[in-house]
Amino acid sequence: MTSGIAGEGTRVAWWLLAPTLIVLALVAGWPLARTIWFSLTDAHLADLAQARFIGLENYLARDGGGWFGVLADPLWWRAVRNTFVFALVSVSLETLLGLVIALVLQARFPGRALVRAAVLIPWAIPTIVSAQIWGWMLHDQFGLINDLLLRVDLIDQPLAWTADPSLSMGAVIVADLWKATPFMALLSLAALQLVPGECLDAARVDGAGAWRTFWFVTLPLILPALGVAVLFRSLDALRIFDLIYVLTPGSEDTMSMSVFARQQLVDFQDVGYGSAASSLLFFFIAACTIGFMAVARLRPSQGVNR
Amino acid sequence: MRRGFARIGFVALVLAIVLFAVFPFYYAMVTSLKTGTALFQVDYLPRTLDWDNYRAVFRDQPFGTNILNSVIVAAAVVIASLGLSLTAAYALARKAFQGRGLLLMTILGVSMFPQVAVLSGMFELVRGLGLYNRLGGLMLSYLILTLPFTVWVLTTFTRRLPVELEEAAVLDGAGPLTIVFRIFLPPLAPAAVSTGLLAFVAAWNEFLFALTFTLTDDQRTVPVAIALMSGASEFELPWGQIMAASVAVTLPIVALVLLFQGRIVAGLTAGAVKG
Repeated sequence: MTSGIAGEGTRVAWWLLAPTLIVLALVAGWPLARTIWFSLTDAHLADLAQARFIGLENYLARDGGGWFGVLADPLWWRAVRNTFVFALVSVSLETLLGLVIALVLQARFPGRALVRAAVLIPWAIPTIVSAQIWGWMLHDQFGLINDLLLRVDLIDQPLAWTADPSLSMGAVIVADLWKATPFMALLSLAALQLVPGECLDAARVDGAGAWRTFWFVTLPLILPALGVAVLFRSLDALRIFDLIYVLTPGSEDTMSMSVFARQQLVDFQDVGYGSAASSLLFFFIAACTIGFMAVARLRPSQGVNR
Repeated sequence: MRRGFARIGFVALVLAIVLFAVFPFYYAMVTSLKTGTALFQVDYLPRTLDWDNYRAVFRDQPFGTNILNSVIVAAAVVIASLGLSLTAAYALARKAFQGRGLLLMTILGVSMFPQVAVLSGMFELVRGLGLYNRLGGLMLSYLILTLPFTVWVLTTFTRRLPVELEEAAVLDGAGPLTIVFRIFLPPLAPAAVSTGLLAFVAAWNEFLFALTFTLTDDQRTVPVAIALMSGASEFELPWGQIMAASVAVTLPIVALVLLFQGRIVAGLTAGAVKG
């Protein structure tokens, strides 16, 4: 695959990569480094140039008998908890539902192409639009969901889905399910289509039923691909911002880590504190990613030509 | 008998999936065609075809400008990302060099960045370059979303091309840029289309940067305009107009996705399953 002398190839490769790497350094590396730097300062949005180094005080500091900083902020820990509950519940349900839809789409039946197209619609809709549509459907007075539930007598009075502290996280999760399940379904379907037919035939010859075939043959074969899809979705869920910001504005019951960080940064103009929160989120997601890659690399079945 | 029940169950499942996928958007369309007090009554079928909301969105709000902004930003970002990643993907797929694996992992890592992690640094950069409240600021910042993705997916696609393709060109003494743009681009074109489409959707849908780096109505993109749409008072959201705007911007995207669904699925799976 290598053309010519190795040294020559290397030099050419770096030249071809240079524009991309320079742009990535400018739009990713530099802002990330600056954010981490700001997290160690008392920077204020109105005048970033006046930022003064204050060490780790934004993260944790002891002052006059009390602890201060993001790590001592109950609201931050609440945001952490919200984010984890959201990520765990939504990604689990999306994986399950996605797999069911993928199995349906794999079966041959008339109108299959139409069903696949229908499933793609929520994926194509901008998150903000889906947040508004769900906000309207879940509206406490004029919403369709309350109307439906009242009609079938499941509830006897309208519920405030997006405002009630015990319901708002559920509302966010339902809206996310609608938007993100198609992604899981498509990736699961792609994985299913890579399962060799001979394996399924062999299982059938051995007299295994549909359920046993799925559980013992299909599932183990699609597990690596499914794992990658789950990782992608989880990282996406952990940084959720748009949906929560629009569907439940200002609510502490659903506030995610990203919403918390932006509120500090922009609404309260406290760039130092907000950057500390963003940096914590970044380090956490980086640790998750590196951890997963290490695990994936150890598995021989994952040895894609890298 | 059992087969009959299984078949009915399967059909019911398919119908439930289609209903779940399509209904919310259908309901948004129904709502967008209602005005006044009709909005406060739940209808499952359209009763009236009242286009006032659409007129209001385009006449009373700068929504046409917002759409134009979104198109300009997304198109510029897609062109820049594809242009940059073509040569990068060729190097990553076809040249063996020290640090290639690490580089690929880094690029994949950047695509998993939480956007908020670069927010304050990006804000400083955008303001420092004089791009605050300008479309240029969004074009610049969106590259962090699209570029790692296009590099990654195009690398996957480039790898699949036959080696013979470039061997002949190398023998003829063609330089690397000739190989990339003359030899590899034509067979890569379909892949580039699906990658570009996915990048376009990502840029079109972006919200956090657009919300933070623009200030005035005329610089806003579609998602921000829809999120911040407000009525006469704070407690009276113009739901009819919000739904009309939502439908107006989503229909073209839905049409695009349905038209290119095969290509999109190919791009998505190349980006994730092979990772």
